[in-house]
Amino acid sequence: MQMCRRCLLIWTLALLGVALLALAGLPELAVAGAIRAQAWSEEELAVLSSLRLSQLPPAPADPSNRFESSPAAAALGQRLFFDVRLSSNGAVACASCHDPARQFQDGRATSVGLGSGSRRAMPIAAAAHSPWLFWDGRKDSLWSQALGPLEDAAEHGGNRLRFARLLQAHYREPYEALFGPLPALDGLPQDAGPLGSGAERAAWQALDATTRDAVTRAFANLGKALAAYEKRLHHEASRLDGYLDGVVAGQPTMPAALDASEINGLRLFIGKARCISCHNGPLFTDQHFHNTGVPPRNGGAADRGRAATLATVRRDEFNCLGPYSDAVPGQCQELRFMVRQDPTLEGAFKTPGLRGVALRPPYMHAGQIATLEAVVRHYAEAPHAAVGRSELRHRQGCENGAAQALQPVELSPAEQQDLVAFLRTL
Amino acid sequence: MKHSLALLLSLLLCLQLGACMTPPQNLDLSLSKPTVQDKYRVTLQPMVAAIAINQLHAWQVQVTSPSGEPVLHARIAVDGGMPQHGHGLPTQPAVTQELGGGRYLMEGMKFSMTGWWEIKLKLDSAERGADAVTFNKVIALPVASKT
Repeated sequence: MQMCRRCLLIWTLALLGVALLALAGLPELAVAGAIRAQAWSEEELAVLSSLRLSQLPPAPADPSNRFESSPAAAALGQRLFFDVRLSSNGAVACASCHDPARQFQDGRATSVGLGSGSRRAMPIAAAAHSPWLFWDGRKDSLWSQALGPLEDAAEHGGNRLRFARLLQAHYREPYEALFGPLPALDGLPQDAGPLGSGAERAAWQALDATTRDAVTRAFANLGKALAAYEKRLHHEASRLDGYLDGVVAGQPTMPAALDASEINGLRLFIGKARCISCHNGPLFTDQHFHNTGVPPRNGGAADRGRAATLATVRRDEFNCLGPYSDAVPGQCQELRFMVRQDPTLEGAFKTPGLRGVALRPPYMHAGQIATLEAVVRHYAEAPHAAVGRSELRHRQGCENGAAQALQPVELSPAEQQDLVAFLRTL
Repeated sequence: MKHSLALLLSLLLCLQLGACMTPPQNLDLSLSKPTVQDKYRVTLQPMVAAIAINQLHAWQVQVTSPSGEPVLHARIAVDGGMPQHGHGLPTQPAVTQELGGGRYLMEGMKFSMTGWWEIKLKLDSAERGADAVTFNKVIALPVASKT
């Protein structure tokens, strides 16, 4: 048996030697060899094909927003998105932190509105593919998401009665053409809302239930118009898509769109480095929540992420099952079947999509990591989590139990560089 | 000789690492099997032609006695996850309807990545009592089409 293995090895080496000699002697064969060296297996081709932007299906319909496909709602939403009057200091619009010139984000570790936030602004393109919005998934639709920052004291600092007044003063015609009459606001205070300052909350409580409901409905409609605009924001095909389309179509000239380092980075991404486990599909995200041991910002308090929002999203008045949703309960599948308790969601954050990622430093949910190089190093080092349990070490294990004995994926400095080179093609 | 030994070792290492994320060779992929204590026979059937990653979909659960009699009014709890990754299902599926003839509707199923998933059912009924069964399902990507 021992002899047989040795024979086989010697034969293999001999054949390799002959092949190498042949390649050295014949330039055209050497070219063929280089192409073969880049060749992908059937299994790898299936993965590569699945990453192409052309494979992205249309974003699922949101039954909770019956205006999302309306061009008039999108046009209204676009005007609202850039309107700084949607803030208590007249200086903060949605576009302040979601700048179209910067992939609808702000390049800051944590965003600055009226005050300082605690999380990184997320880009908006293709956000409608996410069943859960924000890093911690505390909202279940684009329109519900859009309402959050408007009433957040650190962001727009507004209140819903003030927003209803703004709609009445500046957007009455397009609003009423879509949503019907705005509520009568004569005799009501200037500012009132359930999440504002003490005075605003007291003023809100003093309103009768019918008025509160009518004002809240106008506020929800504002969100639905913003969502109709945001749903139209898409990704453009990247250099990687050109390469992948060529590889999948079997066109030998197309693969030149990526260089050797980028191709090796791609091979690592879908192979040994296992990035593909979570960063899958045309958007490079599984849209789920994972704890990967990213440290709290500046040694601050640990952030529980998804675990802290499992209850809040279910009782949110603006969720799919709530009174301002246009859906019937049977259509709210994601909310009905959401995970309600799962220890692995402690300290877990949403897997961000990676398209255009090279132009969006700093990284992670609070901009904790400044560069792509440092991000890749983080995954190679796989530190323990400050809260909950990092999944990174799990991923290296074969079976439960055996997992703990195994070390993280080893990535040499050169391999880490190749991964970064690949990420720049996205 | 030293070189060839190194080559062999690195080959073995590659194979081992690769094996971590590929499902075990002898995985029982049958979607029809008896429960652990043989109180029931359970047959699962996805209600979509092809299971796509990250798409919510429903399954039909058929429950019979070992001899093939339909079991009515069974209570069925659903759980599952990826044994190789140490995480559960991305959703909390549930049996939402009894369809008649021992058939049940299981909604809210979703798989967020390719690979080996377990679907674990706990069953209970007045006539036959509590039992459990685990199914294996390997989620794969469709073969690359040239379009």
